[in-house]
Amino acid sequence: MNEIATIQNPTAEQPLSPWQLFWRRLKQRRIAMVGGVILVVLYLVALFAGFVAPYSYDRQDRDRFFHPPTCPRLSGFRLVIPRYEQLPGTFVYRAVLNDTKPIHFFVHGDKYKLFGLVPATIHLFGTGDENHPVYLLGTDQFGRDVLSRLLYGSQISLSIGVIGILLSFTFGMIIGGISGYFSGWTDTIIMRLCELIMSIPALYLIISLRATFPPGMSSSQVYAMIIIILSFIGWASMARVIRGMTLSLREQQYVLAARALGQTHLKVIVRHILPNTFSYVIVAATLSVPYYILGEVVLSFLGVGIQEPNASWGNMLTAAQNTEYLRNYPWLLAPGAAIFVTVLAFNFLGDGLRDAADTKS
Amino acid sequence: MNLLEIKNLKMDFGAGPEALRAVDGVSLTIGTGETVCLVGESGCGKTVTALSIARLVPTPPANYVGGEILLNGRDVLKMSNGELRDIRGGVVSYVFQEPGASLNPVFRVGNQIKESLKLHKPEKATNEEVIRLLKLVGIPAPESRIKNYPFELSGGMQQRVMIAMALASEPKLLVADEPTTALDVTIQAQILELLHDLKQRLGMAILLITHNLGIVGDMADRVAVMYAGQIVELSPAKELLRRPLHPYTKALMNAVPKLAGGANRLSAIPGNVPRIGNFPPGCRFAPRCPIAKSECSEKIPELVEIEPGCFVRCPFWKGK
Repeated sequence: MNEIATIQNPTAEQPLSPWQLFWRRLKQRRIAMVGGVILVVLYLVALFAGFVAPYSYDRQDRDRFFHPPTCPRLSGFRLVIPRYEQLPGTFVYRAVLNDTKPIHFFVHGDKYKLFGLVPATIHLFGTGDENHPVYLLGTDQFGRDVLSRLLYGSQISLSIGVIGILLSFTFGMIIGGISGYFSGWTDTIIMRLCELIMSIPALYLIISLRATFPPGMSSSQVYAMIIIILSFIGWASMARVIRGMTLSLREQQYVLAARALGQTHLKVIVRHILPNTFSYVIVAATLSVPYYILGEVVLSFLGVGIQEPNASWGNMLTAAQNTEYLRNYPWLLAPGAAIFVTVLAFNFLGDGLRDAADTKS
Repeated sequence: MNLLEIKNLKMDFGAGPEALRAVDGVSLTIGTGETVCLVGESGCGKTVTALSIARLVPTPPANYVGGEILLNGRDVLKMSNGELRDIRGGVVSYVFQEPGASLNPVFRVGNQIKESLKLHKPEKATNEEVIRLLKLVGIPAPESRIKNYPFELSGGMQQRVMIAMALASEPKLLVADEPTTALDVTIQAQILELLHDLKQRLGMAILLITHNLGIVGDMADRVAVMYAGQIVELSPAKELLRRPLHPYTKALMNAVPKLAGGANRLSAIPGNVPRIGNFPPGCRFAPRCPIAKSECSEKIPELVEIEPGCFVRCPFWKGK
């Protein structure tokens, strides 16, 4: 009976769009999804960095340089953290017995601006007592909370990757599309230019370009400049690949059909050829974001990137250059771990996207 | 005035001494509302001639060395890029051989038709107009079809969508380049029926390129037969099918299998089509022609009007 009933009422299945199919294949890849979830969390936290961070990025605790990470314990139903006492004349701290304070949520603390606009003082957690701070990842050589700086730094380090990719890929796609579509002289000139840019060792180019800018630049200017420099180097390789794809796509009949409708060359490139490269571009973009993040890290590490007291993962690692610091205060390497996790997550996601975009597999 | 007048069109691929003459002195007229078939083997220059009407052959490598293409009395070969964009789609629309390849795989079909409207009738670029066009070309449930991607449609449906795109701008001339070759026979018949019907309703002219003589009988008012870059015969369709004049046309007709033909071997034309750039000196069909005489390989015969509206490029059309 049941079988007949189901046969008589077949459910009309709406065909899945390419994006739905893509999403379905992506969901089957566990590691890619893990990478994706990690990235979503990281970017959300970066967006709300001021709220999540217990302190401001430049708040110095002059009594507690190189404070070790404090681990909250469960006492009854509350999370409590012990107070640490500095041994005189050293940067060695010891937990004071039975002097604990509970962690409060949504406490008032340092001023910050949510999304850079809305002034606020509420923080996700904290003790509310300046003499009994919560340093989950310890403090650095100036007594600043490493966790807070890590969160503020993620705003810069994570956004540089995305904005840099947007810039360089947009540029690379359009230039590559034009190069492949028109071929001939246009192609030759553009491709030789790409090779020129690609043949220059990137790091030296970055540093020399950086040197041409005045030293007393504000952090936001430096930030914009880093993005521009990294994109300036990054577009060439993208343009080459897109040019190759365009060479084959322009022979497709729908390109001729669009021309026969009276479409302009530029619109044929932008509307008909480039969208057909998206499945490649999305994968390539995901896999390239780490290079931009690492590029910022390298620049800031070398001292030509984001300047103190502003935080970025790169300039935080500068402190970890010192082997003595590194031996005694290993928590200064926390930004390294953050970079590691981010880069890995991007690569996992990128691999998954590539497999999902490849319909042949 | 004729809608389209191609006069002595000569087009090379490449330039200088290595130039290959792909179209050699083609003259063809199409009147308003007329259907003309262009018949010939692969590589004989049909498609290039048709694409030249909207100057869609990229130059270089193509190179127009002579003749003119008058569309509504204006020479396409002398138009600026802006003018060309206006006539492409606006006056001449194209439907190509493989509907699957002519639609961009990453866009919904509704948006692709809308693109055609945006270019030439921006005030009418609405979903209602797209649905009206899809209804016009006989697509069932057009409201839900506009959301489909090309790969979700069958070949016949895709070709209907292409025709809808071509008709969106209400062109005067529809160039259909082997529109049914990639489709199976029943769908072929439907598409041809549709073209015929639309022509009557919208009053546009059709240039139909095909190598299927069966289609010619159903559709065409006049037929031009091309061989190796030249028109060898141009006649009203009924005349041509009843009484082919040029030996090549005759041979083509003989090569069509007949239902009453029994189990005889299919007759074929001996030899191969000469390669472009390697044409014989005289009549290009002479090496394969059953009635060729010695003078045939000396100079290219003229296309002569032997009776009103009937042209043939063979001095021996009368004889056996």
